[in-house]
Amino acid sequence: MEALCDQIIPADQDPGAAWAGTLYYIDSQLVGHFRKLQSAYREGLAAFDAACLSAHRAAFADLPVDQQTAFLNHLPASLQPFFDMVIAHTMQGFYSDARHQGNRDAVSWRMLGIPIIPIRGRAQYEFIRKG
Amino acid sequence: MSLPRVNVVIIGAGAGGGVVAKELSQAGLHVALLERGLWYTANDCRKDDLRNQRSSILGNNSGPDDERNPRVFVDLEGNRHVVLASEGGYSNNAACVGGGTLTYGAMAWRYQPKDFRLRTTYGSLAGGTLEDWPISYDDLEPFYEKAEYEVGVSGDVSNDPFKGPRAKPLPMPPLPPTREYEILKPAAQRLGLHPFDLPMLRNSVPYNGRPPCMRCRWCVGFICEVDAKCGTHNTVIPRALATGLCDLRLGCMAKEILTNDQGKVTGVSYFDAHDRLQVQPADLVIVSAAAIESARLLLNSKSRLFPTGLGNRYDWVGRNLQGHAYSGATGLFDFETYDDVGPGANIAICDYNHGNPGLRGGAMLCNEFIRLPIQFVDMAPEGVRWGKAHKDFMRRSYRRSIKIMGPTQEMPVFDSRVQLDPVVKDFWGMPVAQLSGYRHSHTVEISDVMAAKAEAWLKEAGAVQTWRNLSGRDLSGGQHQAGTCRMGNDPKTSVVDSWCRVHDFDNLHVIDASVHVSNGGFNPVLTILANAYRVSAHLAQSWKGKV
Repeated sequence: MEALCDQIIPADQDPGAAWAGTLYYIDSQLVGHFRKLQSAYREGLAAFDAACLSAHRAAFADLPVDQQTAFLNHLPASLQPFFDMVIAHTMQGFYSDARHQGNRDAVSWRMLGIPIIPIRGRAQYEFIRKG
Repeated sequence: MSLPRVNVVIIGAGAGGGVVAKELSQAGLHVALLERGLWYTANDCRKDDLRNQRSSILGNNSGPDDERNPRVFVDLEGNRHVVLASEGGYSNNAACVGGGTLTYGAMAWRYQPKDFRLRTTYGSLAGGTLEDWPISYDDLEPFYEKAEYEVGVSGDVSNDPFKGPRAKPLPMPPLPPTREYEILKPAAQRLGLHPFDLPMLRNSVPYNGRPPCMRCRWCVGFICEVDAKCGTHNTVIPRALATGLCDLRLGCMAKEILTNDQGKVTGVSYFDAHDRLQVQPADLVIVSAAAIESARLLLNSKSRLFPTGLGNRYDWVGRNLQGHAYSGATGLFDFETYDDVGPGANIAICDYNHGNPGLRGGAMLCNEFIRLPIQFVDMAPEGVRWGKAHKDFMRRSYRRSIKIMGPTQEMPVFDSRVQLDPVVKDFWGMPVAQLSGYRHSHTVEISDVMAAKAEAWLKEAGAVQTWRNLSGRDLSGGQHQAGTCRMGNDPKTSVVDSWCRVHDFDNLHVIDASVHVSNGGFNPVLTILANAYRVSAHLAQSWKGKV
């Protein structure tokens, strides 16, 4: 999954999705708001791994980056809905507020060059959530 | 068991219901204002970019909740989808005190005189139910003014040559311009267009005891952190409560409107915040639950005398559901356009609302609200979805882009409608709203032309790359939902009369965007507020005549 996220938003001069912890966002939402997508992830990942193994005789994460990209560019049609879902969730984690755990150190906002404004007077909510 | 009788029960404390509550309680009537949601304040501003009314990826921030309020959406192929309140296709507005006015972008448009006369202006349209309103712009003008002054509007429309006549200027000046404004204004002028500072229900100076906008990035979709957005929750509803005659009840879900054996409306039954069924007898019942839920409530109020619901003798309740066909264009520039100053949208043109050759209407065009990074992701041109291309696009374009959009006035369609779903029930066991239908092909045609106009404006402003954002044929509704209880003089082709009274009754009114015959090429809220003021004045007057 981490390799997949990093393909969707790769690291270059700015960190990618893996460093930003986008996987933490997806993980936490899969036991939260995205609960009903658990099976879509389980089955999608299994099919994705199987397709990768049969095409390259290696797990996706073990492939060289260029081969990963090529595999995603020629993804079987049956895996497209799964990939679309992961793209959407990766974008959400990486580009949303750092509180959602997918945008460590507000790295995407820094990349875009927008100020990270502290939310004054709202701290109590964050404390409550951490419980 | 029923509650003590009140003079008026109002269902829904949004734009329409809030105004009616204030006007009637100030006129001395006892009002029960039922709201299914909660009362949020500036302290509830979470600035959560995944949980708000604009990007509801993780849910809504001001209701309704996902657990209790499903709907059924029927797509263009006829497939049924059970949708939750935060999902696409639901056509959510909000469920809270203030309704959509709590979190809206707050554009404060008056419709143009021609918007009330579409049939006269353009003739009829095959496959559509284009019709004139039974009231005119002139009937609404004094009430537009009242809404602008009581709720509070900033902006400067004096340079808009296409506006209807108005007695007074807006009460507040516009906010200072942004970089986008400085780029777009001369470009529009070079094209011979007439740009101006668009009107907003937002304080630009201290007004009504609240501070001005602090110009942050979290505007449309969010509860304003400094309470500078003007809605019914921070203006007319507190004033209604101050009379001591208005009883605001939160968490109350209306079940049905009650009628007696003589066919007269006697009150409302509802589930209170503890889900207990209550009966509230009333002399007057006002339905202000927004176009989808108002229609659903009328349809759910079945009895022996009214087997298909109230006001539905000729099968018009729930018909003509419409919102707006949003279209426009995005432009990339080779210089910075972004200055991180909200709310963003501030310059508009009304040159294309009417008078487009071969088209029955048009849209106001303006720059979009300031965007958060997550909202910008979807603005990429086609084919740029992931990988290096995506990341390069984001980095290069976020601070160098402008988007111009406009709400195309929709051609009403009889088959775009709200019905009761035969299968799905909500938490309280009531049939939910089923939404089905499509946009008229002419609406799509108009919106495509509007996108081309937006693109031309961006090109003139110096955009090096542009692409159009088009609207499809999918059913429209959403936050601008309207049309489901049409206002008209003929009971056979409308649901309410020109005073928003449901045709079969003398004490049942619908006062929200449901009564809009057509929805203007503008955001509808100021028209909802103005019409609520107009009808309230009439109701208060006839009440005094009665007592």
